[in-house]
Amino acid sequence: MLHYTIRRLLLAIPTLLFISLVIFLLLDLAPGDPMASIPLTVPPEVKERMREALGLGEPVHIRFLNWLYQFFIVEPQVAFDHLFGTDFSEGKQRIISFQSRSPVMSVVAERMPQTLWVVGLSYVFATLIAVPIGIISAYRQYSWFDQLGTFVSMIGFSIPTFFSGVLLIVIFSVTLGWFPSIYDTTHEVTDWSSFVFQMKQMAMPVFVLTLYNAAQVSRFMRASMLDNLNQDYVRTARAKGMSEKVVVLLHVLRNSMIPVVTVIALGVPSIFGGAIITEQVFQVNGLGQMLITAIYASDAPMVQTLTFIFAVLIVLFNLIADILYGILDPRIRYD
Amino acid sequence: MSDATVTTTVKPKAPRNQWWDVWDQFKTHKGAMAGLIFFVFIVLAVYLGPFLWKIDPTYIDFRARNQGPSLAHPFGADQLGRDILARMLAGGQVSISVGLTAMILSLVLGTFVGVLAGYWKRLDGMLMRLTDLFLALPLLPLLMVIIMLFRDPLRKMFGLEAGIFILIVFVIGITSWMQTARIVRGDVLALKEREYVLAARSIGTPSRRVVLRHILPNIMSPIMVSATLGIANAIITESALSFLGLGFPPDYPTWGRLLFDAKDMIQQYPERVIWPGLAISLTVLAVNYIGDGLRDALDPRIRGR
Amino acid sequence: MNIKTALMGTVLGTVAGFAMAPAAFAERGSDGHVNIIYWQAPSTMNPYLSGGTKELEVGSLVLEPLARYDAEGNMVPFLAESVPTVENGGVSEDLMNVTWKLKEGLLWSDGKPLTSEDVRFTWEYCTSEGGGCSQSEKYNDVTDVEIVDDLTVIVHFGVPKPFPYGPFVGNQAPIIQKAQFADCTGEAMASCTDQNFAPIGTGPFVVDEFKTNDVVSMSANPNYRDPAKPAFATATVKGGGDAAAAGRSVLETGEFDYAWNLQLAPDVLADMESKGKGKLVSAFGTLVERIMVNYTDPDPALGDKRATAAHPHPILSDKSVRQALSMAIDRELLVEIGYGAAGKVTCNVLPAPAIYASTANDACMVQDIEGAKALLEADGWVMGSDGIREKDGKKLSLLFQTSTNAVRQDFQAIIKQWWNEIGVEVELRNIDSSVFFGGDAGSPDTFQKFFADVEMYANNFDGTDPEAYMANWECKQAPRPETQWQGNNMPRYCTEEYDALVAEMAKTGDLEKRAELAKTMNDMLMQDYAIIPLVYRGRVSAASNTLGGVEINAWDSELWNAADWYRIKE
Repeated sequence: MLHYTIRRLLLAIPTLLFISLVIFLLLDLAPGDPMASIPLTVPPEVKERMREALGLGEPVHIRFLNWLYQFFIVEPQVAFDHLFGTDFSEGKQRIISFQSRSPVMSVVAERMPQTLWVVGLSYVFATLIAVPIGIISAYRQYSWFDQLGTFVSMIGFSIPTFFSGVLLIVIFSVTLGWFPSIYDTTHEVTDWSSFVFQMKQMAMPVFVLTLYNAAQVSRFMRASMLDNLNQDYVRTARAKGMSEKVVVLLHVLRNSMIPVVTVIALGVPSIFGGAIITEQVFQVNGLGQMLITAIYASDAPMVQTLTFIFAVLIVLFNLIADILYGILDPRIRYD
Repeated sequence: MSDATVTTTVKPKAPRNQWWDVWDQFKTHKGAMAGLIFFVFIVLAVYLGPFLWKIDPTYIDFRARNQGPSLAHPFGADQLGRDILARMLAGGQVSISVGLTAMILSLVLGTFVGVLAGYWKRLDGMLMRLTDLFLALPLLPLLMVIIMLFRDPLRKMFGLEAGIFILIVFVIGITSWMQTARIVRGDVLALKEREYVLAARSIGTPSRRVVLRHILPNIMSPIMVSATLGIANAIITESALSFLGLGFPPDYPTWGRLLFDAKDMIQQYPERVIWPGLAISLTVLAVNYIGDGLRDALDPRIRGR
Repeated sequence: MNIKTALMGTVLGTVAGFAMAPAAFAERGSDGHVNIIYWQAPSTMNPYLSGGTKELEVGSLVLEPLARYDAEGNMVPFLAESVPTVENGGVSEDLMNVTWKLKEGLLWSDGKPLTSEDVRFTWEYCTSEGGGCSQSEKYNDVTDVEIVDDLTVIVHFGVPKPFPYGPFVGNQAPIIQKAQFADCTGEAMASCTDQNFAPIGTGPFVVDEFKTNDVVSMSANPNYRDPAKPAFATATVKGGGDAAAAGRSVLETGEFDYAWNLQLAPDVLADMESKGKGKLVSAFGTLVERIMVNYTDPDPALGDKRATAAHPHPILSDKSVRQALSMAIDRELLVEIGYGAAGKVTCNVLPAPAIYASTANDACMVQDIEGAKALLEADGWVMGSDGIREKDGKKLSLLFQTSTNAVRQDFQAIIKQWWNEIGVEVELRNIDSSVFFGGDAGSPDTFQKFFADVEMYANNFDGTDPEAYMANWECKQAPRPETQWQGNNMPRYCTEEYDALVAEMAKTGDLEKRAELAKTMNDMLMQDYAIIPLVYRGRVSAASNTLGGVEINAWDSELWNAADWYRIKE
């Protein structure tokens, strides 16, 4: 397994380089123009000069190599300088966003907290809720609990968040006045009352996202458990006099985890990608909102950087999932 | 001609087609039957409904603007005075056909890649890196590029509506198969080490048959779940596409689009969000129950009981 | 040359009166906090880096020009003593030099004095090589900014400027501090993140923290020239979400005090307003929603020559077709459905200021479907069996494109129905605004390429002078492959008479003659039906009932008088 992991990690380097190239070419090919939001009153010659100032006049391969250099050499140096007070990155050009002309990585750092709080927390909640629901639903198939779980999770998955979010705002902010409809990203938790405020402003976006994610995970958990509950080894285990708890939670659960691990591993990187629509609806302004505004503004350096970080996480978590398969089911071997 | 009749009558009681068993088992599943009946009802309604309810979904009747339900407009009329019932029916045609075909495409693609990667070790690395690539690509720019490159050629080849339909189904399919592929692969990796698969292989069963007869039937449940989630996903993605101007022309109603357009009027005219919202959820729910029933019916261990 | 008298007749009167507004007795910072929401979040505070409306407006809380427009479109001095004109000797007789005098004793928010050096530097900054300054158009033809003394500068132009108020006027061209930006010229413009995010200004507020595309936290400028202002100690400008959420937060939940640009269905807005927490404010500038008619053939089969003057449009070259399309539209109904109080019917592409507004085309105000049918009939377009008119084997079939926006899609659907009625087949297409308004020469869907038969969007001009705007429909402005598809003449309208008028206007100084010229040009475009105007659009924003002093301005930044805002106490 160790050998396999090392091989995969080494293989990840060319893979990621290739992915970054494909993303770069895709963004270059995509129609759209960073000047699109500039009013029509600004004449075309001025827009052309602005484009040149953004470095769009350079040929594609130069821009790509530049980005690689900035991402892999300059940005780590900046981070190093920041941690240890050195000055390796002095005078070097960082990756600059087209929209704000500020370093992309500092915006990422600025956006991280709210995304981790809202999207990350909702993912943790979703997993914590969905796994038990899936298990019980499968164990007591077609009971009222199962039926209710099915119903709620299907509604949760099929109602788009642009609608459920607005619905919650109308009910809880406009009518009842319980929660703020707009998330305050400058809020700092210092004492109990500010903590309560933070909880209040997180309540609705976290709920919407939890419902959506839990729906998905619980369906896979339930299906996979159902498959395994009918297997011969379960009958054997029961026949050997093992307690129901041991049978279900140890044997069946362990064997049912593979699809669930896959889904969760696919979901974790998306935490970093933020929740585009939910963040928009509640003005959480995390990484998701940043990505979508960058895409609309054709802010190629920002989209490229965010997507690439996202790609690194995808490769990493899919590797983790593959390793977990081997642990869950030792018969799976890669070598 | 007579020969044929003779042979069939003479032959002693041909073994019953196993699909009849599946159907018998399926019928005992109440949820699945209810789901199937509802789904058939919706499909019939959206395809045959327009023959009974003849109002043109794009016809604007200014006097009927923002009207509530009435005999002339049972579901009311929208902000331009278009009949909402007619729009729901027309929208259903698009949403259901796009939802189903895109889901099937993504499922077939995902299962195919997943099985190949899970079963044949040599293909695993390459296919899974491809999956990583597709997972990492930013969706919106990808869609814009695909649409830019293929909209006009497809339109030329198949006409406006069929061209866009093919494009949308293709776009949704190609951007949503990765999860299914990862899940199927994970299950196949585990299944192919199970005793019965090893046994089948050791007696020299060709790989193709091992996959089709022993592996595929055993990964039906996650595939069914993917199918239900996929259809919801496809309906909603379609609405996002048309909202971005990448899908059908803007006056074409679809359920997702109706829901999106009405969301700002949720307080003034709640029925306008309720109808499409309900239609999407119930359809997805129906497909889910059908999937549940189908999975049970296909499982010989359950069928036997 | 008496622009002053017409445009600025009441300048000093209104401003002096305004300064005496209720907050006059209050103390600086006594009214606590004000919450502003811009659902499109500002990405930088430096208007010279991004020409976007959101950046310009939020930037105007901090940076100020020498003079700007008030809510009526009159020019008022801000950092300058007065607005220079030929009459008061500020503008030279040959229209080539303008002398600006700064107010005495002005301080930047960091306590340094504002001097002529800063004014000169602002020009150098925006015109420096390689910087890509988005407002360099404002400094066109400026040959030098001469420093006479600490408070006096002379702007020298290379050519006579009948309207010399480009540089340092309006929210597009504010003054920045030399001390802060000295190292940020040219290619270094973009890397000065700290400066761009927190410019030192003379305006009522100072940036405390700037989170790009998210939120700006500000506090009152301790050195603001009026010691009693601003009434608010701190201010927040929050961004993100959509117009509906912004409107809700002011009108329904009362979390915010001011919400910018609420383009929502009129009944939705009315319903929000009825909750009683705030009110809608609107103002009209020069924005006109219009349909552009393509004079050239967009047929893909033409390859490189597609949508260029080489091939006239097969059906739209016929004037009676263009006229019939315009006659079939009921503009009043469009206003009612799409804009409510924030829109007016217009038959001109140049609707304001009043002296430029023509009345020669007002016949379009009334829909005339029968007239349109008769016109087509008379011209030989006969109804086919499929309900589509045709002539010489050419069908009246159009592709109608616009950007993605709920109101525009409603308009498309309605107009399609009217055009169907007169026997024109219409296919609709909507394109995401980042593509449609982007100038990407590689994309077929930009509004400049205009690979469609008609297209709809809105346009306006900065300030009150229409010279540059009317020059948009010169022959040479037509987008074509040789210009990388840049240019503003979307219809590819091209007549010698029109070009002559444009040249004439460029050298005419007399205001009345200029008005006459502009009107003639407008009427030419209208009577040729090259442009079909639909709605004269205003801005709509919402202000909380407890926020006083709001005076929405369509000629300049909506936040232009934020210094005068105050909290209404119950």
